[in-house]
Amino acid sequence: MRPLFKFHGGVHPPTHKAESTGRPIAQAALPSKLVIPLHQHVGNRAVPVVQVGERVLKGQVIGRPEGRLSSAVHASTSGTVSAIDMQLVAHQSGLPDLCITLIPDGKDEWIAHSGVDYRQTAHTDLRHLLRQAGVVGLGGAVFPSDMKSYSHKHQIRTLVINGAECEPYITCDDMLMRERAGDILRGAEVLRELLYAEEVLIGIEDNKPEAIAAMQQAVLEDKHAHMEVIAVPTLYPGGGAKQLIRVLTGIEVAAGVRSTEMGVQCFNVATAYCVWRAIAFGEPLLSRIVTVTGNVEHAQNFEVLLGTPVDELVAQAGSKPDTERHIMGGPMMGVDLPSGSVGVTKATNCIIEASSRLFPPPPPALPCIRCTRCADVCPAELQPQDLYWFAKARDFGKAQEYHLFDCIECGACAYVCPSHIPLVQYYRFAKSEIWQREREAQAAELARERHEFRLMRIEREKQEKAERLAQKEKAALAAKASAPAPNPEPAIAAAPATADPDDTLQMRIDAAVARAKEQAAAAQPKNTDALTAEQQAEIDAIEARRAKIREMAAHAGADDEPPKSNQG
Amino acid sequence: MISALWVMVGISLLLGAVLGFSAIKFKVEGNPLVEKIDAVLPQTQCGQCGYPGCKPYAEAIAKGEAGINKCPPGGDEGIHKLADLLGVEYVPFGEGTAPKPKAVAFIDEQTCIGCTLCLQACPVDAIVGAAKQMHTIIAAECTGCELCIAPCPVDCISMLPLGEDISSWKWQYPTIPLVQVAAQ
Repeated sequence: MRPLFKFHGGVHPPTHKAESTGRPIAQAALPSKLVIPLHQHVGNRAVPVVQVGERVLKGQVIGRPEGRLSSAVHASTSGTVSAIDMQLVAHQSGLPDLCITLIPDGKDEWIAHSGVDYRQTAHTDLRHLLRQAGVVGLGGAVFPSDMKSYSHKHQIRTLVINGAECEPYITCDDMLMRERAGDILRGAEVLRELLYAEEVLIGIEDNKPEAIAAMQQAVLEDKHAHMEVIAVPTLYPGGGAKQLIRVLTGIEVAAGVRSTEMGVQCFNVATAYCVWRAIAFGEPLLSRIVTVTGNVEHAQNFEVLLGTPVDELVAQAGSKPDTERHIMGGPMMGVDLPSGSVGVTKATNCIIEASSRLFPPPPPALPCIRCTRCADVCPAELQPQDLYWFAKARDFGKAQEYHLFDCIECGACAYVCPSHIPLVQYYRFAKSEIWQREREAQAAELARERHEFRLMRIEREKQEKAERLAQKEKAALAAKASAPAPNPEPAIAAAPATADPDDTLQMRIDAAVARAKEQAAAAQPKNTDALTAEQQAEIDAIEARRAKIREMAAHAGADDEPPKSNQG
Repeated sequence: MISALWVMVGISLLLGAVLGFSAIKFKVEGNPLVEKIDAVLPQTQCGQCGYPGCKPYAEAIAKGEAGINKCPPGGDEGIHKLADLLGVEYVPFGEGTAPKPKAVAFIDEQTCIGCTLCLQACPVDAIVGAAKQMHTIIAAECTGCELCIAPCPVDCISMLPLGEDISSWKWQYPTIPLVQVAAQ
């Protein structure tokens, strides 16, 4: 028996998992349309590579990854691209983002695809495959998996596969482990290979005995060496990466340090499953398991095509009419969706239909009484009451000093708060204010640099010009002194050889003006030579009008009015 | 008595020499306060303060020539920061110097005649173009100072307010919505 460790704090909210584990994973019906956001991952938004009206096949890339940290987006089924525009997305802001709308043709026709043998393929190629297959962390962070599956700086000893699923209501990982344990373990094996890890620890909370049994069975059947399925005590937020690593290995990941620096990398079970489908079958990430629960007739897990509108998904679970809002994620960390029309994304692990009966509005917040219950339950060992104080006072510097950015926003503090203060909202507010300030500071720094460079450049150009002029001057004077001009112009000839530069400059300008005048006089207009009487008459008429206008203008000028056109 | 006097004179000469030497050796170039004030200013280089850029305004504040409430792009928070830094009282914005929402300049490329006047006006070189070639703004580097608007002979530059998108969206300060529970 492996010794397990404890993380600080934690709470025991009612789990509500039994509602949705009674039925197997169902294939969700093909929706009437798919709204596929191009930004479903951490990093740069994918760039659309299809045109409106184009027919696409299932698995075809419709958004290519842009830059180093990005991921591909694919057509979840075959159909026609009906729009590429800004649409509401599953984001707490309620702001639109670039989406591709796909109208399915019902044929579900795959693009040609095939897998590779990961043992025979170079690691860089495997990572490239993951990137092209759009595989990202499905635990909720949606970090591109290709970026996480290598470590050049640090030796990775332990690969942790996260099947803890600590948040109430959510059972998508539980059901996936029960039904598809074999593929999860094969995916974990690929990840182990990519990271050169020595051992794979699969952490599952002990309130999922069926999943633990299925996974253990699969380990034995497929004879996976270096792999161990470990039941961890049920304690929210035991599924947080740092918390699970602590429980399984005893390693405490310090503030501002990545777990890879301590030799541990962590992936979600669903990510491992998708890694296997992508590598072994060439299937990109087109669908995911979503728990639909809460205020529904029959809560269940569905395999849902990415982009399926939430409305059409919840209807299949029998969403009850008194549903007021949709929560994406769990009740502790989830966010309200701005609308039911948004598409399911790679981050959508659960949709909770919320009614005021099921989730009564919280009682009004009362003042903080500094009971420090929040500090007792904080899994990051922070001082939530102080952070709350600083965020409320907008003292962001101090909040950062108290390690605000180590907060994982698990909501344990708000859960135990006897004053019902929405603590996490304050932390999120403070974090986004700090990010905003950082962006502004960067912009200011850039502007300062560019302004200073501009001043320097103007000064430099001035100097260069002065130098050029001085040199020209010198050369001209030297030329004059050495060879006396054959027919010197009187003005220049009269100039003494030691004339100061200003004088010579003026003389040259005068000479240039005189030359220009001569040239203008020499160039006679050529279109007034052979005129007919008719043309001559017309010209006279125009001249007469001009004279009249000039007179009027002069008259108006005398009245202290600028000359104006009739319309003016 | 005399020897004590000499000792005192000696000490004072020695200390005077040390002070004089260190005054030359450790002389601070420029006013460090100016740098600190400049760091607080938003670097839009817009000249709305009446000085030709943020640095000159910082220098004027340091000398005590200018008030701390002359920088609209810095916002109310900027005044508070300056007041904290300088240890003076907070002064609100005067009449007509309220901050505007953030915006970037936009050149209507149909109208632009390629005169380069805006290029010369831009304090951060955020306009690309050449004589008789169309000009365009590098939006990411535009500080929204509006200095390019006045010189444009064809009025083809307008200020577009910066809207909020998902990447710049911020969580709001938690508020409790007021609900009227009973009529009066």
